[in-house]
Amino acid sequence: MKNIDVAVVGAGPAGLSAAIEAAKYGVKTLVIDENRQPGGQLFKQIHKFFGSQAQMAGIRGYEIGKKLLASAQMHHVQMHLNTQVIGIDETNTLAVIKDHHYSEIKARKIILCCGAAEKTLAFPGWTLPGIMGAGAAQTLVNIHRVLPGEKILMVGSGNVGLIVTYHFLQAGANVKAVIDAAHSIKGYGVHAAKIKRAGIPIMLGCTINRAIGKKQVEKAELIRVDERFNKIPSTEIQMDVDTICLAVGLSPSTELARMAGCKLYYDAKLGGYIPLINQDMQTTLEDIYAAGDMTGIEEASIAMEEGRIAGISCAVGLGYCPDTATSQRVVQNIRLNLSQLRSYKPN
Amino acid sequence: MRVVNHPILGEDPKKRKITIYIDNKPVEAMEGDTIASALWANGIKACRYTPKNQEPRGIFCCIGRCNDCIMTVDGIPNIRSCITPVKDGMRIKTQKGNGTWEELK
Repeated sequence: MKNIDVAVVGAGPAGLSAAIEAAKYGVKTLVIDENRQPGGQLFKQIHKFFGSQAQMAGIRGYEIGKKLLASAQMHHVQMHLNTQVIGIDETNTLAVIKDHHYSEIKARKIILCCGAAEKTLAFPGWTLPGIMGAGAAQTLVNIHRVLPGEKILMVGSGNVGLIVTYHFLQAGANVKAVIDAAHSIKGYGVHAAKIKRAGIPIMLGCTINRAIGKKQVEKAELIRVDERFNKIPSTEIQMDVDTICLAVGLSPSTELARMAGCKLYYDAKLGGYIPLINQDMQTTLEDIYAAGDMTGIEEASIAMEEGRIAGISCAVGLGYCPDTATSQRVVQNIRLNLSQLRSYKPN
Repeated sequence: MRVVNHPILGEDPKKRKITIYIDNKPVEAMEGDTIASALWANGIKACRYTPKNQEPRGIFCCIGRCNDCIMTVDGIPNIRSCITPVKDGMRIKTQKGNGTWEELK
């Protein structure tokens, strides 16, 4: 059994930020992540982040990832990668598996930063190879440097759908269309404008009826929907595609919070069931904190600020901040950043 | 198709070619690929066939979460191909159903 002051689950933007802040106060901090590389989804974000005066605005996601990793190293954050957390109990012990070997880590405080998973859309043929999450395709293109296909259909006009479409264009792929059942574009206008300028049709009031193909997807059948999302008969059209990307939202990964016994509540706008947290990012359990997308789907820039609050709160809670006035001022500034980020709307 | 030159990310850092075997056929991969990305780069999109209806499945989440892309790798079934790095000489099988354990070397 390994003992540590603070264990952070998840090495994405929230988890790294949390660990860095805690470690700055001298707290022995360990980040655990099941992936072989830390950074969560930051390294596939090749676009510049938004925000007005908030931190990291105007910097590309993967550059932010590099900065966070350098800072984590500088502050001696320990990192257990390729390590899955499979359990958590009331003694703040995490059960982990690495290379098929089981071990336990006991922490005085735990910060859960488990992120989110892509939602999906079921339609006839949706399991055919070539149909995947938009984030999956983004991983293929920007991390593994392989195009998901030659003729791509994007389902969903939210920011993920629009940004990933633009990433495809940057990588030289042919995107046939972006479709959305909604009757207005769901993402930011700046992202949509880039897609339109490239001549990619954004078809609204249109959904996917079925996917056609034998060994992989060959065609997408699209159908128009009315204002109440009912399919309008005889409006089907078929489109030759070899890839269909689904950008239909994200769902917070709350498994460990549930297992720990944190109280959860439902918020449709934030993505579903999420742990109830106070302004210090503390859950309903004294020693368990949560930050990032698992406390509600927002931007990575917000996840980082939430993580910082969680990290500082743990340091304070463990008695590492004798000068509480200073740490309180830092937290106040972060809260200000957060409210600015949350109210920021490009055009 | 590989994205060799990228306007933001620059040149693909993967340089060393290696050989992996898919259903006993040699396939070129790059060191740094995952099994799934190497397959996709070679136009191979079916990682497995489902137990009941023998339907093909490919990459779905690409971050090791959904388990749709599992394959039999060096005799071990149910390996998530999207997060498993390739190794020179690796023997990969398109998994049929739940797969079977083969004799380990």
